[in-house]
Amino acid sequence: MEENISIEEIRKEENLVFVKTKLLTDKSLSYCPGCGHGVAHRITMEVIEEMDLWADAIGVAPVGCSVLAYEFMNIDMQQAAHGRAPALATAIKRLMPNKLVFTYQGDGDLAAIGTAETIHACNRGENFTIIFINNGIYGMTGGQMAPTTIPGMKSSTSPYGRDVKIMGNPLKITELVATLPGTYFVSRHSVHTPGNVRKAKKAIRKAFENQKLERGVSFVEIVSNCNSGWKMTPNDSNIWMEENMFPYFPLGDIKVDGELVK
Amino acid sequence: MKELRLMKGNEAVAEAAIRAGADGYFGYPITPQSEVLEYLMTEKPYEKTGMVVLQAESEIAAINMVYGGASCGKKVMTSSSSPGISLKQEGLSYIAGAELPCLVVNVVRGGPGLGTIQPSQSDYFQATKGGGHGDYRLIVLAPASVQEMADFAKLGFELAFKYRNPVMILSDGAIGQMMEKVELEEQKPRWTEEEIIKMSPWATTGKTPDRERNIITSLDLDPLRHEKHNEKLQAKYKKIQEKEVRYEKIHCDDAEYIFVAYGTSARICQKAIELGREKGIKIGLFRPITLFPYPGIELRRLSENIKGILSVEMNAGQMIEDIKLSVGTTFNVKHFGRMGGVIHTPNEVLEALEQKIIGG
Repeated sequence: MEENISIEEIRKEENLVFVKTKLLTDKSLSYCPGCGHGVAHRITMEVIEEMDLWADAIGVAPVGCSVLAYEFMNIDMQQAAHGRAPALATAIKRLMPNKLVFTYQGDGDLAAIGTAETIHACNRGENFTIIFINNGIYGMTGGQMAPTTIPGMKSSTSPYGRDVKIMGNPLKITELVATLPGTYFVSRHSVHTPGNVRKAKKAIRKAFENQKLERGVSFVEIVSNCNSGWKMTPNDSNIWMEENMFPYFPLGDIKVDGELVK
Repeated sequence: MKELRLMKGNEAVAEAAIRAGADGYFGYPITPQSEVLEYLMTEKPYEKTGMVVLQAESEIAAINMVYGGASCGKKVMTSSSSPGISLKQEGLSYIAGAELPCLVVNVVRGGPGLGTIQPSQSDYFQATKGGGHGDYRLIVLAPASVQEMADFAKLGFELAFKYRNPVMILSDGAIGQMMEKVELEEQKPRWTEEEIIKMSPWATTGKTPDRERNIITSLDLDPLRHEKHNEKLQAKYKKIQEKEVRYEKIHCDDAEYIFVAYGTSARICQKAIELGREKGIKIGLFRPITLFPYPGIELRRLSENIKGILSVEMNAGQMIEDIKLSVGTTFNVKHFGRMGGVIHTPNEVLEALEQKIIGG
């Protein structure tokens, strides 16, 4: 074994095992340590770089934790009002059909305040991609109950756990949009293990590739943790996610090439 | 070649937008402006000029489609009527904050609430004082004819891009619905992608290697930086106030009294002037064409030679506040107007002048 490899030697290109994509800026992420957003950002940008679509990519940031996604994604971006990203993306793609257009939205943005925009963009069959980060909570505003907060789950506005008799049911919006004729690809993933990251990245790539087919919305959900909002350590939050979120939001393809997966 | 046609105001604004080289229209049906979307869907400009026309799921979605399109440097517009315009206020605030050009047509109906479908001018405050949250202004154009509905589509886009600011055509149900002769300009080509990149280098057209990424946002979490942004917006509005005031003076040269009115009210005032002059009362009309910027300096100058002003508006008295700011609160100025979708008659207007201003 080599004992004294110099820093300079390590930094040589041929010795690098990982290079940060140029499509991420050098700005420190505003996300809490342990949060899945950073990985989701990275794989989204890596796919665009690998597809050589840097000059074509136009992203739409939501309101929520990823409101500042444009600070980290080194591509042309628009920042939408809360929930309205699919409306912006609809116009961008229709006015510039050759561009790669995607929204990056959280659960409060996409499945509560923006439900109408989400459903109608999906139903019209707009030809852009939606990347949906579902961590079952409003992270940015400090951990309130989200449309995807699962029954019994605690949040600052369901401090004793979500009681569906009082607070209503969570919304499985991904299953809902999969039933619409305008969605072409609907898939649910996570980014908490290397294996899952690879699968999520593959799904995002497929979702972006689908835009060339002009067959409608490609929708990738990433079930993610919110260790701060859930009041857990990052590791505990991942375990809790596996044990509680995944049974409610099972990972895998829901609709592929326009057909529901049975 | 210019072309003469008999059209509704709502149709004229739609046709003029196509001819101005608009890239996109995003709308939602509401009376009394649905003809805008109906006309565009019938004309199918997407087959002729490539202009996108889309019926959105709501007024909220429509204005946010405008936001998305405007962010790409495209010439985009929406139209609605009062309750729908209220729904668009969030989007307008974002568009103003992000300094995006766009055109919004408000064919005003009576409020508040669902109100009525009849013409009104009760959205003056909303249009001229901002409307949504935050310190911002729209450029507001007030057409008084079908011809101006057409002309202001083109002018509106020009001003929107000149100042990177939303422009509103503040019409009303009467101007939108009535038919008149209109002279239409010839078709202008839509901008090419290259022209857009050159004219609007800030637009999100895809990050090419020769430039930094473009970001369209109204957010800045640093208060000092955000204050600077607000100062920049205010400086822009001041410049607009200095450069873009538009108004019309009718029979003002020998007038002892004047009506100040815009849109449908201005037309009624013209008839009232005829009736008054038949009785020997020297009346003129001062018609603001831009409601923001308000032609206050010109109105103050005019007021030096007259005895009184009647502000005639189809509302409870909104523009009168801008008149008072212009001519001073001690000047003889009163408001007259019917509300709730009722249009005043020329006789009512003349009577109001005689009672409130001449006799008052």
